[in-house]
Amino acid sequence: MSSFEPKIIGFLCNWCSYEGADSCGRARKEYPSNFVVIRVMCSGRIDPQFILEAFKDGADGVMILGCHPGDCHYKEGNFNALRRYTLLKKMLKQFGIEEDRVKLDWVSASEGDKFVRVVSEMVEKVRVMGPLMLIQKKQLKNHREHRGNL
Amino acid sequence: MSKPKIALYWCASCGGCEESVVDLAEDILQVAEAVDIVFWPVALDFKYEDIEKMADGEITATLINGAIRLDNQEHAAKLLRKKSRLIIAHGSCAHLGGVVGLANFYERRDILNRAYKEVPTVKNPQGILPEIKTKESGRELNLSGFHKTVKTLDQVIEVDYYLPGCPPTPELIKNAILAILNDELPPKGSVLAEKKALCNTCSRRESKPDKVRIKEFKRLYEIQWDATRCFLDQGIICFGPATRGGCEERCIKANMPCRGCFGPTDNVRDQGAKFLSALASIIDSKDEKELEKIADSIPDPAGLFYRYSLASSILRGKIGTV
Repeated sequence: MSSFEPKIIGFLCNWCSYEGADSCGRARKEYPSNFVVIRVMCSGRIDPQFILEAFKDGADGVMILGCHPGDCHYKEGNFNALRRYTLLKKMLKQFGIEEDRVKLDWVSASEGDKFVRVVSEMVEKVRVMGPLMLIQKKQLKNHREHRGNL
Repeated sequence: MSKPKIALYWCASCGGCEESVVDLAEDILQVAEAVDIVFWPVALDFKYEDIEKMADGEITATLINGAIRLDNQEHAAKLLRKKSRLIIAHGSCAHLGGVVGLANFYERRDILNRAYKEVPTVKNPQGILPEIKTKESGRELNLSGFHKTVKTLDQVIEVDYYLPGCPPTPELIKNAILAILNDELPPKGSVLAEKKALCNTCSRRESKPDKVRIKEFKRLYEIQWDATRCFLDQGIICFGPATRGGCEERCIKANMPCRGCFGPTDNVRDQGAKFLSALASIIDSKDEKELEKIADSIPDPAGLFYRYSLASSILRGKIGTV
Protein backbone atom coordinates (compact mmCIF):
# COMPACT_ATOMS: atom_id res chain seq x y z
CA MET A 1 0.00 0.00 0.00
CA SER A 2 3.00 2.27 0.26
CA SER A 3 2.51 3.35 -3.34
CA PHE A 4 -0.87 4.90 -2.64
CA GLU A 5 -1.00 8.61 -3.36
CA PRO A 6 -4.20 10.15 -2.08
CA LYS A 7 -6.02 12.77 -4.07
CA ILE A 8 -7.25 15.64 -1.94
CA ILE A 9 -9.55 18.31 -3.33
CA GLY A 10 -9.18 21.66 -1.61
CA PHE A 11 -11.78 24.41 -1.83
CA LEU A 12 -10.00 27.65 -0.98
CA CYS A 13 -11.65 30.97 -0.43
CA ASN A 14 -10.43 33.71 -2.70
CA TRP A 15 -9.67 36.32 -0.06
CA CYS A 16 -7.71 34.52 2.64
CA SER A 17 -6.81 30.91 2.00
CA TYR A 18 -6.05 31.16 -1.71
CA GLU A 19 -3.87 34.15 -0.89
CA GLY A 20 -2.31 32.06 1.86
CA ALA A 21 -1.52 29.34 -0.66
CA ASP A 22 -0.09 32.01 -2.93
CA SER A 23 2.13 33.34 -0.18
CA CYS A 24 3.38 29.79 0.32
CA GLY A 25 4.26 29.70 -3.38
CA ARG A 26 5.92 33.10 -3.36
CA ALA A 27 8.09 31.99 -0.46
CA ARG A 28 9.06 28.89 -2.50
CA LYS A 29 7.69 26.57 0.14
CA GLU A 30 6.65 23.11 -0.90
CA TYR A 31 3.36 21.40 -0.30
CA PRO A 32 2.25 17.94 -1.44
CA SER A 33 1.19 17.70 -5.05
CA ASN A 34 -1.71 15.49 -3.95
CA PHE A 35 -3.59 18.64 -3.14
CA VAL A 36 -5.75 19.94 -5.98
CA VAL A 37 -6.95 23.48 -5.44
CA ILE A 38 -10.31 24.87 -6.51
CA ARG A 39 -10.71 28.55 -5.83
CA VAL A 40 -14.12 29.76 -4.70
CA MET A 41 -15.11 33.28 -3.74
CA CYS A 42 -15.99 32.32 -0.19
CA SER A 43 -15.98 29.17 1.92
CA GLY A 44 -19.68 29.93 2.39
CA ARG A 45 -20.11 29.34 -1.35
CA ILE A 46 -19.24 25.69 -1.01
CA ASP A 47 -22.40 23.76 -1.56
CA PRO A 48 -22.30 20.32 0.12
CA GLN A 49 -23.09 18.98 -3.36
CA PHE A 50 -19.57 20.01 -4.46
CA ILE A 51 -18.07 17.86 -1.73
CA LEU A 52 -20.22 14.87 -2.59
CA GLU A 53 -19.33 15.27 -6.26
CA ALA A 54 -15.65 15.34 -5.35
CA PHE A 55 -15.94 12.06 -3.46
CA LYS A 56 -18.00 10.51 -6.21
CA ASP A 57 -15.42 11.46 -8.80
CA GLY A 58 -12.60 9.83 -6.88
CA ALA A 59 -11.32 12.22 -4.23
CA ASP A 60 -9.95 10.49 -1.16
CA GLY A 61 -10.36 13.59 0.95
CA VAL A 62 -11.78 17.09 0.74
CA MET A 63 -10.48 20.21 2.46
CA ILE A 64 -12.29 23.48 2.94
CA LEU A 65 -10.04 26.40 3.77
CA GLY A 66 -11.52 29.77 4.65
CA CYS A 67 -10.84 33.01 6.47
CA HIS A 68 -10.46 32.95 10.22
CA PRO A 69 -13.66 33.60 12.18
CA GLY A 70 -14.34 37.31 12.11
CA ASP A 71 -12.18 37.87 9.01
CA CYS A 72 -14.62 36.78 6.30
CA HIS A 73 -14.74 39.17 3.38
CA TYR A 74 -18.49 38.65 3.35
CA LYS A 75 -18.76 38.84 7.13
CA GLU A 76 -20.53 35.53 7.81
CA GLY A 77 -19.67 33.18 4.96
CA ASN A 78 -17.10 31.18 6.89
CA PHE A 79 -19.58 30.58 9.69
CA ASN A 80 -22.02 29.18 7.17
CA ALA A 81 -19.25 26.89 5.98
CA LEU A 82 -18.62 25.80 9.57
CA ARG A 83 -22.31 25.08 10.16
CA ARG A 84 -22.61 22.99 7.01
CA TYR A 85 -19.36 21.20 7.67
CA THR A 86 -20.45 20.15 11.16
CA LEU A 87 -23.67 18.65 9.87
CA LEU A 88 -22.10 17.21 6.73
CA LYS A 89 -19.37 15.36 8.62
CA LYS A 90 -21.97 13.63 10.71
CA MET A 91 -24.02 12.72 7.66
CA LEU A 92 -21.05 11.46 5.62
CA LYS A 93 -20.26 8.94 8.32
CA GLN A 94 -23.56 7.28 7.49
CA PHE A 95 -22.47 7.10 3.86
CA GLY A 96 -19.37 5.23 4.94
CA ILE A 97 -17.07 8.23 4.49
CA GLU A 98 -14.94 8.64 7.60
CA GLU A 99 -14.99 12.00 9.34
CA ASP A 100 -11.29 12.56 8.77
CA ARG A 101 -11.76 12.61 5.02
CA VAL A 102 -13.34 16.05 5.25
CA LYS A 103 -11.54 18.86 6.97
CA LEU A 104 -12.34 22.51 7.49
CA ASP A 105 -9.61 24.86 8.57
CA TRP A 106 -8.87 28.56 8.65
CA VAL A 107 -5.89 29.90 6.71
CA SER A 108 -5.29 33.64 6.42
CA ALA A 109 -3.54 35.41 3.56
CA SER A 110 -0.28 35.56 5.49
CA GLU A 111 -0.28 32.00 6.76
CA GLY A 112 1.74 30.27 4.08
CA ASP A 113 3.34 28.09 6.74
CA LYS A 114 0.03 27.04 8.18
CA PHE A 115 -1.20 26.22 4.68
CA VAL A 116 1.72 23.86 4.15
CA ARG A 117 1.22 22.30 7.55
CA VAL A 118 -2.54 21.63 7.33
CA VAL A 119 -2.31 20.33 3.77
CA SER A 120 0.59 18.03 4.59
CA GLU A 121 -1.19 16.73 7.67
CA MET A 122 -4.33 16.04 5.68
CA VAL A 123 -2.43 14.22 2.94
CA GLU A 124 -0.62 12.07 5.49
CA LYS A 125 -3.79 11.27 7.37
CA VAL A 126 -5.62 10.19 4.24
CA ARG A 127 -2.60 8.26 3.03
CA VAL A 128 -2.80 6.17 6.19
CA MET A 129 -6.56 5.72 5.78
CA GLY A 130 -6.14 4.45 2.25
CA PRO A 131 -8.16 5.15 -0.87
CA LEU A 132 -11.89 5.69 -0.55
CA MET A 133 -12.68 3.63 -3.60
CA LEU A 134 -10.69 0.69 -2.35
CA ILE A 135 -13.22 0.13 0.39
CA GLN A 136 -15.74 -0.05 -2.36
CA LYS A 137 -13.73 -2.54 -4.36
CA LYS A 138 -13.03 -4.68 -1.33
CA GLN A 139 -16.70 -4.89 -0.51
CA LEU A 140 -17.58 -5.55 -4.11
CA LYS A 141 -15.37 -8.60 -3.89
CA ASN A 142 -17.27 -9.69 -0.80
CA HIS A 143 -20.44 -9.36 -2.77
CA ARG A 144 -19.17 -11.65 -5.45
CA GLU A 145 -18.32 -14.23 -2.85
CA HIS A 146 -21.88 -14.11 -1.63
CA ARG A 147 -23.45 -14.42 -5.02
CA GLY A 148 -24.96 -17.74 -4.02
CA ASN A 149 -28.26 -16.18 -3.21
CA LEU A 150 -30.28 -13.84 -5.38
CA MET B 1 -59.79 6.93 -34.88
CA SER B 2 -58.87 4.64 -32.04
CA LYS B 3 -58.36 6.07 -28.60
CA PRO B 4 -54.89 6.73 -27.22
CA LYS B 5 -53.55 3.78 -25.24
CA ILE B 6 -52.37 4.17 -21.66
CA ALA B 7 -50.60 1.59 -19.53
CA LEU B 8 -49.87 1.58 -15.80
CA TYR B 9 -47.29 -0.54 -14.09
CA TRP B 10 -45.76 -0.91 -10.65
CA CYS B 11 -42.30 -1.90 -9.57
CA ALA B 12 -40.77 -1.59 -6.09
CA SER B 13 -43.49 0.46 -4.47
CA CYS B 14 -46.09 0.26 -1.74
CA GLY B 15 -49.19 0.54 -3.93
CA GLY B 16 -49.91 4.09 -2.82
CA CYS B 17 -49.33 5.39 -6.33
CA GLU B 18 -51.91 2.95 -7.68
CA GLU B 19 -54.21 4.30 -5.02
CA SER B 20 -53.54 7.81 -6.27
CA VAL B 21 -54.88 6.80 -9.68
CA VAL B 22 -58.01 5.40 -8.07
CA ASP B 23 -58.24 8.65 -6.12
CA LEU B 24 -59.03 10.40 -9.37
CA ALA B 25 -62.57 9.36 -8.31
CA GLU B 26 -65.18 10.44 -10.88
CA ASP B 27 -62.47 11.94 -13.05
CA ILE B 28 -61.21 8.44 -13.74
CA LEU B 29 -64.39 7.87 -15.78
CA GLN B 30 -63.52 10.88 -17.86
CA VAL B 31 -60.04 9.46 -18.36
CA ALA B 32 -61.35 5.99 -19.10
CA GLU B 33 -63.62 7.47 -21.72
CA ALA B 34 -60.83 9.31 -23.46
CA VAL B 35 -58.25 6.51 -23.43
CA ASP B 36 -57.90 2.76 -23.61
CA ILE B 37 -56.15 1.35 -20.58
CA VAL B 38 -54.27 -1.55 -22.10
CA PHE B 39 -52.26 -2.75 -19.11
CA TRP B 40 -52.73 -2.22 -15.39
CA PRO B 41 -51.77 -5.30 -13.38
CA VAL B 42 -53.18 -4.04 -10.10
CA ALA B 43 -56.68 -3.50 -11.49
CA LEU B 44 -57.17 -5.17 -14.86
CA ASP B 45 -56.45 -8.61 -16.19
CA PHE B 46 -53.95 -8.20 -18.98
CA LYS B 47 -50.84 -10.30 -19.41
CA TYR B 48 -47.26 -9.48 -20.31
CA GLU B 49 -47.84 -11.33 -23.58
CA ASP B 50 -50.51 -8.82 -24.51
CA ILE B 51 -47.88 -6.12 -24.30
CA GLU B 52 -45.25 -8.17 -26.09
CA LYS B 53 -47.62 -8.59 -29.03
CA MET B 54 -48.07 -4.84 -29.43
CA ALA B 55 -46.14 -2.83 -31.98
CA ASP B 56 -43.28 -0.66 -30.77
CA GLY B 57 -44.54 2.74 -29.66
CA GLU B 58 -48.15 1.62 -29.83
CA ILE B 59 -48.91 2.73 -26.29
CA THR B 60 -49.24 6.51 -26.07
CA ALA B 61 -48.01 6.77 -22.50
CA THR B 62 -47.09 4.46 -19.67
CA LEU B 63 -47.07 5.51 -16.04
CA ILE B 64 -44.60 3.44 -14.06
CA ASN B 65 -44.46 3.75 -10.30
CA GLY B 66 -41.90 2.22 -7.97
CA ALA B 67 -38.15 1.92 -7.99
CA ILE B 68 -36.26 -0.92 -9.68
CA ARG B 69 -34.78 -3.69 -7.56
CA LEU B 70 -35.82 -6.97 -9.14
CA ASP B 71 -35.04 -8.52 -12.51
CA ASN B 72 -38.69 -8.69 -13.49
CA GLN B 73 -39.15 -5.00 -12.73
CA GLU B 74 -36.26 -4.11 -14.98
CA HIS B 75 -37.55 -6.44 -17.67
CA ALA B 76 -41.07 -4.98 -17.59
CA ALA B 77 -39.75 -1.42 -17.56
CA LYS B 78 -37.63 -2.12 -20.64
CA LEU B 79 -40.51 -3.83 -22.42
CA LEU B 80 -42.87 -0.96 -21.69
CA ARG B 81 -40.25 1.54 -22.80
CA LYS B 82 -40.10 -0.18 -26.16
CA LYS B 83 -43.84 -0.26 -26.57
CA SER B 84 -44.58 3.27 -25.34
CA ARG B 85 -44.09 6.66 -26.90
CA LEU B 86 -43.91 8.31 -23.47
CA ILE B 87 -42.76 6.94 -20.16
CA ILE B 88 -43.81 8.82 -17.06
CA ALA B 89 -42.11 8.10 -13.76
CA HIS B 90 -45.06 8.11 -11.43
CA GLY B 91 -44.36 8.94 -7.79
CA SER B 92 -41.28 9.41 -5.62
CA CYS B 93 -39.92 5.86 -5.96
CA ALA B 94 -39.80 5.90 -9.75
CA HIS B 95 -38.66 9.52 -9.75
CA LEU B 96 -36.03 9.51 -6.97
CA GLY B 97 -35.87 6.03 -5.48
CA GLY B 98 -38.31 6.93 -2.73
CA VAL B 99 -38.42 5.38 0.69
CA VAL B 100 -37.44 1.99 -0.73
CA GLY B 101 -34.26 3.65 -1.98
CA LEU B 102 -33.09 3.96 1.63
CA ALA B 103 -32.15 0.30 1.29
CA ASN B 104 -29.02 1.60 -0.43
CA PHE B 105 -27.62 2.31 3.03
CA TYR B 106 -27.38 -1.47 3.50
CA GLU B 107 -25.70 -4.27 1.66
CA ARG B 108 -27.84 -6.74 -0.19
CA ARG B 109 -26.58 -9.59 1.95
CA ASP B 110 -27.58 -7.77 5.15
CA ILE B 111 -31.02 -7.02 3.79
CA LEU B 112 -31.65 -10.65 2.90
CA ASN B 113 -30.30 -11.85 6.23
CA ARG B 114 -32.46 -9.39 8.08
CA ALA B 115 -35.62 -10.22 6.15
CA TYR B 116 -35.22 -14.01 6.08
CA LYS B 117 -33.25 -14.83 9.22
CA GLU B 118 -33.20 -12.12 11.87
CA VAL B 119 -36.69 -10.66 11.91
CA PRO B 120 -38.34 -11.96 15.10
CA THR B 121 -41.49 -13.01 13.30
CA VAL B 122 -39.60 -15.20 10.83
CA LYS B 123 -38.90 -18.83 11.63
CA ASN B 124 -36.14 -20.12 9.40
CA PRO B 125 -34.01 -22.59 11.39
CA GLN B 126 -32.19 -23.85 8.29
CA GLY B 127 -31.30 -20.30 7.33
CA ILE B 128 -32.64 -20.65 3.81
CA LEU B 129 -32.32 -17.59 1.63
CA PRO B 130 -34.26 -17.17 -1.60
CA GLU B 131 -32.40 -18.37 -4.69
CA ILE B 132 -32.99 -17.56 -8.33
CA LYS B 133 -33.41 -21.27 -9.06
CA THR B 134 -34.58 -23.77 -6.44
CA LYS B 135 -35.24 -27.49 -6.92
CA GLU B 136 -38.11 -28.70 -4.79
CA SER B 137 -39.71 -32.16 -5.14
CA GLY B 138 -38.29 -32.56 -8.61
CA ARG B 139 -39.61 -29.22 -9.78
CA GLU B 140 -37.74 -26.06 -10.42
CA LEU B 141 -38.86 -22.81 -8.86
CA ASN B 142 -37.72 -19.55 -10.42
CA LEU B 143 -37.60 -16.26 -8.60
CA SER B 144 -36.66 -12.85 -9.83
CA GLY B 145 -33.08 -11.79 -9.14
CA PHE B 146 -32.63 -9.26 -6.34
CA HIS B 147 -30.31 -6.48 -7.51
CA LYS B 148 -27.43 -5.16 -5.49
CA THR B 149 -29.04 -1.72 -5.19
CA VAL B 150 -32.28 0.13 -5.68
CA LYS B 151 -32.36 2.19 -8.85
CA THR B 152 -34.61 5.00 -9.96
CA LEU B 153 -36.58 4.40 -13.13
CA ASP B 154 -34.38 6.74 -15.17
CA GLN B 155 -31.28 4.81 -14.14
CA VAL B 156 -32.74 1.84 -16.01
CA ILE B 157 -34.71 3.26 -18.93
CA GLU B 158 -35.17 6.62 -20.58
CA VAL B 159 -37.91 8.59 -18.85
CA ASP B 160 -39.82 11.39 -20.57
CA TYR B 161 -41.63 13.02 -17.65
CA TYR B 162 -41.78 12.82 -13.89
CA LEU B 163 -44.83 12.96 -11.67
CA PRO B 164 -43.42 13.62 -8.21
CA GLY B 165 -44.89 12.83 -4.85
CA CYS B 166 -45.53 10.07 -2.39
CA PRO B 167 -48.01 9.68 -3.97
CA PRO B 168 -48.63 12.36 -6.62
CA THR B 169 -51.88 14.24 -6.13
CA PRO B 170 -54.83 13.14 -8.29
CA GLU B 171 -54.85 16.69 -9.65
CA LEU B 172 -51.30 16.33 -10.98
CA ILE B 173 -52.08 12.94 -12.50
CA LYS B 174 -55.18 14.29 -14.17
CA ASN B 175 -53.31 17.29 -15.52
CA ALA B 176 -50.55 15.05 -16.83
CA ILE B 177 -53.00 12.79 -18.64
CA LEU B 178 -54.84 15.77 -20.07
CA ALA B 179 -51.56 17.30 -21.21
CA ILE B 180 -50.73 14.05 -23.00
CA LEU B 181 -54.15 13.88 -24.65
CA ASN B 182 -54.08 17.51 -25.71
CA ASP B 183 -50.45 17.38 -26.73
CA GLU B 184 -49.58 20.24 -24.39
CA LEU B 185 -46.56 18.72 -22.73
CA PRO B 186 -43.63 20.80 -21.48
CA PRO B 187 -40.07 20.04 -22.64
CA LYS B 188 -38.96 16.45 -22.24
CA GLY B 189 -37.52 15.60 -18.85
CA SER B 190 -39.75 18.06 -16.99
CA VAL B 191 -41.14 17.34 -13.58
CA LEU B 192 -44.87 17.89 -13.88
CA ALA B 193 -45.42 20.05 -10.79
CA GLU B 194 -44.50 23.48 -9.45
CA LYS B 195 -41.12 24.92 -10.36
CA LYS B 196 -40.56 26.67 -7.06
CA ALA B 197 -39.96 25.35 -3.57
CA LEU B 198 -42.85 24.53 -1.28
CA CYS B 199 -42.12 27.51 1.02
CA ASN B 200 -43.19 29.85 -1.79
CA THR B 201 -46.76 28.61 -1.72
CA CYS B 202 -46.97 27.49 1.90
CA SER B 203 -49.99 28.71 3.84
CA ARG B 204 -47.72 29.40 6.82
CA ARG B 205 -45.43 31.54 4.74
CA GLU B 206 -46.50 34.78 6.41
CA SER B 207 -45.27 33.49 9.75
CA LYS B 208 -41.81 32.67 8.43
CA PRO B 209 -39.44 35.44 9.45
CA ASP B 210 -36.91 36.80 6.95
CA LYS B 211 -34.18 35.10 8.87
CA VAL B 212 -35.04 31.96 10.74
CA ARG B 213 -32.56 31.40 13.55
CA ILE B 214 -32.79 28.38 15.78
CA LYS B 215 -30.69 26.97 18.59
CA GLU B 216 -32.03 23.44 18.68
CA PHE B 217 -33.88 21.01 16.46
CA LYS B 218 -36.88 19.55 18.15
CA ARG B 219 -38.54 16.29 17.34
CA LEU B 220 -42.27 16.16 17.04
CA TYR B 221 -42.87 14.19 20.21
CA GLU B 222 -40.90 16.70 22.24
CA ILE B 223 -43.14 19.70 21.86
CA GLN B 224 -46.61 21.00 21.28
CA TRP B 225 -46.31 23.11 18.20
CA ASP B 226 -48.31 26.05 16.97
CA ALA B 227 -50.52 24.90 14.12
CA THR B 228 -50.36 28.22 12.34
CA ARG B 229 -46.65 29.11 12.51
CA CYS B 230 -43.78 28.14 10.23
CA PHE B 231 -42.37 24.80 11.38
CA LEU B 232 -38.75 25.80 10.95
CA ASP B 233 -39.22 28.87 13.11
CA GLN B 234 -40.42 26.58 15.87
CA GLY B 235 -37.32 24.42 15.58
CA ILE B 236 -39.10 21.59 13.76
CA ILE B 237 -37.33 20.31 10.69
CA CYS B 238 -39.45 20.98 7.61
CA PHE B 239 -38.23 20.33 4.06
CA GLY B 240 -40.16 23.21 2.52
CA PRO B 241 -37.10 25.25 1.50
CA ALA B 242 -35.54 22.41 -0.50
CA THR B 243 -38.60 20.63 -1.88
CA ARG B 244 -40.54 21.25 -5.03
CA GLY B 245 -44.04 22.59 -4.46
CA GLY B 246 -47.24 21.40 -6.08
CA CYS B 247 -48.29 18.89 -3.46
CA GLU B 248 -51.25 20.99 -2.29
CA GLU B 249 -49.47 21.10 1.10
CA ARG B 250 -51.07 17.89 2.16
CA CYS B 251 -48.77 17.44 5.13
CA ILE B 252 -48.72 21.09 6.19
CA LYS B 253 -52.50 21.16 6.13
CA ALA B 254 -52.52 18.10 8.36
CA ASN B 255 -50.20 20.04 10.69
CA MET B 256 -47.16 17.93 9.85
CA PRO B 257 -43.87 19.24 8.47
CA CYS B 258 -42.78 18.52 4.90
CA ARG B 259 -40.48 15.52 4.40
CA GLY B 260 -39.50 16.23 0.83
CA CYS B 261 -41.40 13.69 -1.27
CA PHE B 262 -41.69 16.05 -4.25
CA GLY B 263 -37.93 16.01 -4.63
CA PRO B 264 -35.54 18.82 -5.44
CA THR B 265 -36.35 21.89 -7.49
CA ASP B 266 -35.13 22.08 -11.08
CA ASN B 267 -31.62 23.40 -10.47
CA VAL B 268 -30.71 21.06 -7.67
CA ARG B 269 -28.95 17.78 -8.26
CA ASP B 270 -28.92 16.37 -4.74
CA GLN B 271 -31.87 17.16 -2.53
CA GLY B 272 -30.34 15.88 0.69
CA ALA B 273 -27.18 17.96 0.34
CA LYS B 274 -29.22 21.00 -0.55
CA PHE B 275 -31.45 20.53 2.42
CA LEU B 276 -28.48 20.04 4.70
CA SER B 277 -27.17 23.32 3.39
CA ALA B 278 -30.46 25.12 3.98
CA LEU B 279 -30.83 23.68 7.44
CA ALA B 280 -27.26 24.48 8.48
CA SER B 281 -27.69 28.10 7.50
CA ILE B 282 -30.50 28.67 10.00
CA ILE B 283 -28.56 27.34 12.98
CA ASP B 284 -27.94 30.18 15.39
CA SER B 285 -24.43 29.50 16.56
CA LYS B 286 -20.82 30.15 15.63
CA ASP B 287 -19.27 27.92 18.23
CA GLU B 288 -17.87 24.58 17.12
CA LYS B 289 -18.81 22.73 20.29
CA GLU B 290 -22.31 24.12 20.32
CA LEU B 291 -22.75 23.39 16.62
CA GLU B 292 -21.81 19.80 17.21
CA LYS B 293 -24.36 19.56 19.98
CA ILE B 294 -27.03 20.99 17.70
CA ALA B 295 -26.05 18.59 14.92
CA ASP B 296 -26.41 15.75 17.40
CA SER B 297 -30.03 16.71 17.94
CA ILE B 298 -30.65 15.15 14.51
CA PRO B 299 -30.20 11.43 15.22
CA ASP B 300 -30.21 10.18 11.61
CA PRO B 301 -29.31 13.03 9.25
CA ALA B 302 -28.68 10.92 6.16
CA GLY B 303 -31.91 8.99 6.54
CA LEU B 304 -33.81 12.20 7.12
CA PHE B 305 -32.30 14.36 4.39
CA TYR B 306 -32.49 11.59 1.79
CA ARG B 307 -35.77 10.07 2.87
CA TYR B 308 -37.10 10.08 -0.70
CA SER B 309 -34.07 10.75 -2.84
CA LEU B 310 -31.20 8.50 -1.82
CA ALA B 311 -31.12 6.35 -4.97
CA SER B 312 -31.04 9.47 -7.16
CA SER B 313 -28.48 11.33 -5.05
CA ILE B 314 -24.87 11.97 -5.99
CA LEU B 315 -23.50 9.09 -3.90
CA ARG B 316 -26.62 6.93 -4.45
CA GLY B 317 -26.09 5.15 -1.16
CA LYS B 318 -23.46 3.98 1.25
CA ILE B 319 -19.96 3.67 -0.17
CA GLY B 320 -19.32 0.02 -0.81
CA THR B 321 -22.94 -0.92 -1.35
CA VAL B 322 -23.49 1.04 -4.55
